[in-house]
Amino acid sequence: MIADYFNYWVVIVLMMMGFYIVISDSNLIKKIIGLNIFQTSVFILFISMSKVKGGTAPILIAETDLYSNPLPHVLILTAIVVSVSTTALGLAIIARIHRAYDTVDETAIHEQDDLQDDN
Amino acid sequence: MDRRTSLIVREVCRLIIPAVMLFALYVQFHGEYGPGGGFQAGVIFAAAVILYALVHGRQKAQQILPTNTVVRFIVAGILLYAGVGVTTMVMGGNFLDYDVLLHGHQQAQHLGIFLIELGVGITVGAVMIAIFYTLDEFSE
Amino acid sequence: MDIETIVNFSLLTMLALTVVVLIRMKSLLAIVLSSGVYSFLSAGLFVAMDAVDVAFTEAAVGAGITTVLLLAAISITGRRQTVSKHKRFLPLAVITITGAALIYGTLDMPPYGDPMAPIHTHVAPHYLTQSSEEIGIPNVVTSVLASYRGYDTLGEVAVIFTAAVGVLLLLGRTAKKGEHK
Repeated sequence: MIADYFNYWVVIVLMMMGFYIVISDSNLIKKIIGLNIFQTSVFILFISMSKVKGGTAPILIAETDLYSNPLPHVLILTAIVVSVSTTALGLAIIARIHRAYDTVDETAIHEQDDLQDDN
Repeated sequence: MDRRTSLIVREVCRLIIPAVMLFALYVQFHGEYGPGGGFQAGVIFAAAVILYALVHGRQKAQQILPTNTVVRFIVAGILLYAGVGVTTMVMGGNFLDYDVLLHGHQQAQHLGIFLIELGVGITVGAVMIAIFYTLDEFSE
Repeated sequence: MDIETIVNFSLLTMLALTVVVLIRMKSLLAIVLSSGVYSFLSAGLFVAMDAVDVAFTEAAVGAGITTVLLLAAISITGRRQTVSKHKRFLPLAVITITGAALIYGTLDMPPYGDPMAPIHTHVAPHYLTQSSEEIGIPNVVTSVLASYRGYDTLGEVAVIFTAAVGVLLLLGRTAKKGEHK
């Protein structure tokens, strides 16, 4: 029972910890890292589903005909490269925010915005 | 980044960087037989260039591989990929239907996969280098 | 328990521990480096689950490039995290409820490694049995990526291209020229 579902449960724990960082931490860089943790947990979920007990990597060889499922591998392979591009885009936006506000702390940014609204 | 890096770091990188680049090419062209392909090869090649830029400074790296050239490579890779698709359409097949490229069925598939993996590798590698250059330039 | 299960269990436990440590850290430099550790551990887990191509990519991209980009970013923004008081109760309540709902959902999933799971009975057997004839290359992941689903991959490359254009527009030379300082 535990071995049957352990992967899924750890994935959910990782996912929720990443989500916790995104919603509870005010530092924008740490939020991006939280999103990365969330993303990687989804990758682990997909790859866990593709695993076949006793199978091997999906590179065809003569000795066996039991392979893990190649389709999730393709999806996740491209998703990883897309995730680094979106991370870079997020970091670029943070760099611009830092230039405009001189901080990357969400609370401090909101305070500056409120001050500007009052004036 | 014009701080002096230590002798050990510089010498180790002198040894590592050519090997990493060679490995990137191996991963690119051997992706049909073992693990690997355009995505991984592009990233590994970019890692070699980024390592060089970290050790010797970004300006040195840009003397060898200027930003403009990198941006052209980004476009070239994706154009090569889409170009294969358009070529197959012009030759009478469907979009990215490699069978019309050559007479033999499997040879045509090999050629098609080789070309689009090359496109993927060029674009991914160039994108990673360009993003690193831009972020590093902005930090000055 | 066979060796594969033990490796799987210990890697998953180490992943969870890394994130627990990461949440409690204050120095951004340490946080970035532990996120690199997290990526590398997950690459190891992918190898243990027979996804060699994915592991390869995760090791190169997640542990390599992402860490370098995050380091470059904290060299712009400063590596010290300003500590601000936050309510911790609401986020904790949200993740507990969401997590409980998701764990309830996993109980309907097919058991881990089950060869008869629905995912393995639809289109994957076609790729595994026919691709040596239809495509003629041993790595099935490459056949699916570059031939069966080449159109999808073109879309992914376009996404990466667009992200690069976005970064260049936000931070590139033209962005600097347009600024009045």
